[in-house]
Amino acid sequence: MVAIARKTKLSTGASLPVLLGIVAACIFLLVGSLSSTIFAQQTVAGLSQGAIFASLALALVLIYRATEVINFAQGELAMATTYIAYQLTLWGLGYWLAFFLTLVISFVIGLAVYGVLIRPVQHRSVIALVIITVGLFILIDGLVTWKWGADLKFMPAPFGNQVYHAGGVSFSRQDIGVLLVSILSVILLWILFQFTKLGLAMRAAALRPAAASLVGVRVDWMLAVGWGLAATLGAVAGLMTEPYVFLQPSMMQAVLLYAFAAAVLGGLESPAGSVIGGLAIGVFLNLIGQYVGFATSELRLPIAFAVLLVILLFKPTGLFGRRQVRRV
Amino acid sequence: MTRGLATRLGAIAVVAGLVVLLGATMTDYHRGLGAHVAIYFIAILGLNILIGYTGQISIGHGAFMAIGGYTTALMSNYHHTNLIATLPLAAAISFVCGIAVGIPALRLSGVYLALATFALAVSVPQLPLKWSKWTGGSNGIRTHTTPTNTWIYTVSWICAGLAFVAAWLLLRGRAGRAFRSIRDSELAAASSGVSLPIYKTLAFGVSAAFAGVAGALFVLVTNGYAQPNEFGVTLSLEILIGAAVAGLGSLYGTIAGALFVGLVPQISTSVPLIGTGHGQDVVFGFIVILIMLALPNGVAGLLGRLDSRFKSAIKSHSAAS
Repeated sequence: MVAIARKTKLSTGASLPVLLGIVAACIFLLVGSLSSTIFAQQTVAGLSQGAIFASLALALVLIYRATEVINFAQGELAMATTYIAYQLTLWGLGYWLAFFLTLVISFVIGLAVYGVLIRPVQHRSVIALVIITVGLFILIDGLVTWKWGADLKFMPAPFGNQVYHAGGVSFSRQDIGVLLVSILSVILLWILFQFTKLGLAMRAAALRPAAASLVGVRVDWMLAVGWGLAATLGAVAGLMTEPYVFLQPSMMQAVLLYAFAAAVLGGLESPAGSVIGGLAIGVFLNLIGQYVGFATSELRLPIAFAVLLVILLFKPTGLFGRRQVRRV
Repeated sequence: MTRGLATRLGAIAVVAGLVVLLGATMTDYHRGLGAHVAIYFIAILGLNILIGYTGQISIGHGAFMAIGGYTTALMSNYHHTNLIATLPLAAAISFVCGIAVGIPALRLSGVYLALATFALAVSVPQLPLKWSKWTGGSNGIRTHTTPTNTWIYTVSWICAGLAFVAAWLLLRGRAGRAFRSIRDSELAAASSGVSLPIYKTLAFGVSAAFAGVAGALFVLVTNGYAQPNEFGVTLSLEILIGAAVAGLGSLYGTIAGALFVGLVPQISTSVPLIGTGHGQDVVFGFIVILIMLALPNGVAGLLGRLDSRFKSAIKSHSAAS
């Protein structure tokens, strides 16, 4: 039996060497950015892509903490909600109105997915849950292709195409905007969890379902809200991915893999870890693509996979996870 | 037991008879479909050994199919090797790759193993793109000769039969007992002297070898082309779904899983409401979810339940009279 104790504390759980490593990495990036403009540009671009990975990774972690499910359909849900936003803009809504409306819609979709698909099988095997989300993956893919077709679609650019120049370094407004929106949504979510009653109830429901229900928390509802929030976060990730790869049914599949790698790097149960993991992977992939000739774009996915595998093998709990205590 | 064995042998004979009969009477197009079913049968059988009998999940068996498929295509293209001769080679190379994946997989379980193998499924099809000089990149690489559908139908079903016998022999003996004991409780298995590292990597290797043969045949049935797209994530997911539909831990359910994965997308290309073209994914995904919600143990579980209900009905009937 896995002891329950592993999920009771909410502190980041990072050990000193890990924190030192992160500080060292930050200093490295800062020094590099100051000494080379290309390095600085790649770092900022990597951070903005990493922020997308981070929001999807955080969505995965939210769901994993609440219901111990790895949602393989998370990326496809994000893709589908991005198409909904696209449809809203086609109907004449402005981009940002469509954006916020989509967040509400995806919250409802997340609730529904939990209530209809996950709750009935929640206490069955890992394999059953994985296959249900895989089925959802295929179903969403099919529905989107049926409704909107497989060809590329284009949405209005949310941040315009301007490029800023600062000391010889050019930053695209899009990169900055994506970074800000993703980080802002993560911070909002953190505030919700840390400082509101709803957040407290959700944490209680995820950590100690039985005890939470005894003190009057509606556990099922809280878990459903967790799924809803994850879908909302996924929608942010999808909408922020769209300016880079445009709308297509496969747009989130690679992002999902990077998000998996990010979540595992952070320790699968640690929200803070998943965000840092996402940023780290985004920057790492961009820098290695720039400076290592062998790492061409075809190898981005295999490299992310290698990162994931190395972490799983040598530090399965990730940077911020706690060791799982096994009791026999 | 003897009655159970007799029904099983009967079922096998019926399936084998059907395969021969259909092969002789079907159109060429349907023979291609039939070969697909056989190929899925082999791959699902292999995955079932891993998931259903050893309790290790893999979402990445498309990767092993890709390895087998590219083995056949490359050997045939560069060395003009006889196609039949490439099959054992595909199995051997996939076996080695399976062992290579199985050793790190020893440290993983549950969702972590699922994630690692999923990453495998996503990244392996990228490798031919990287080394496109030898593998033809996204256009793929073609075998030297292209077999006819009749040839591929025959060979696939013979391989499927051999694979079934091999799986049955493996699972009924020492290795099979070790696999099942690991699935039920690793701790109990280890304390009874079952070597976890050996049997868990063995299961991975064997299961990958099955997938490798399936991948080689898969290349042959798609006009001899090995293309990265064909071995994408979807293929891995299809095999996993096939195993779930079949019922994990049941050899006999495998045929139902193979029929489901091989035929449902083809049959449902034209659905009244959705129209042609995109209906298959909708129907496929929908049915997968329905099956998982309604039949936790797949078709094999359903048959088992019906059988026991039938038996208890007979028992109560005879008790009443």
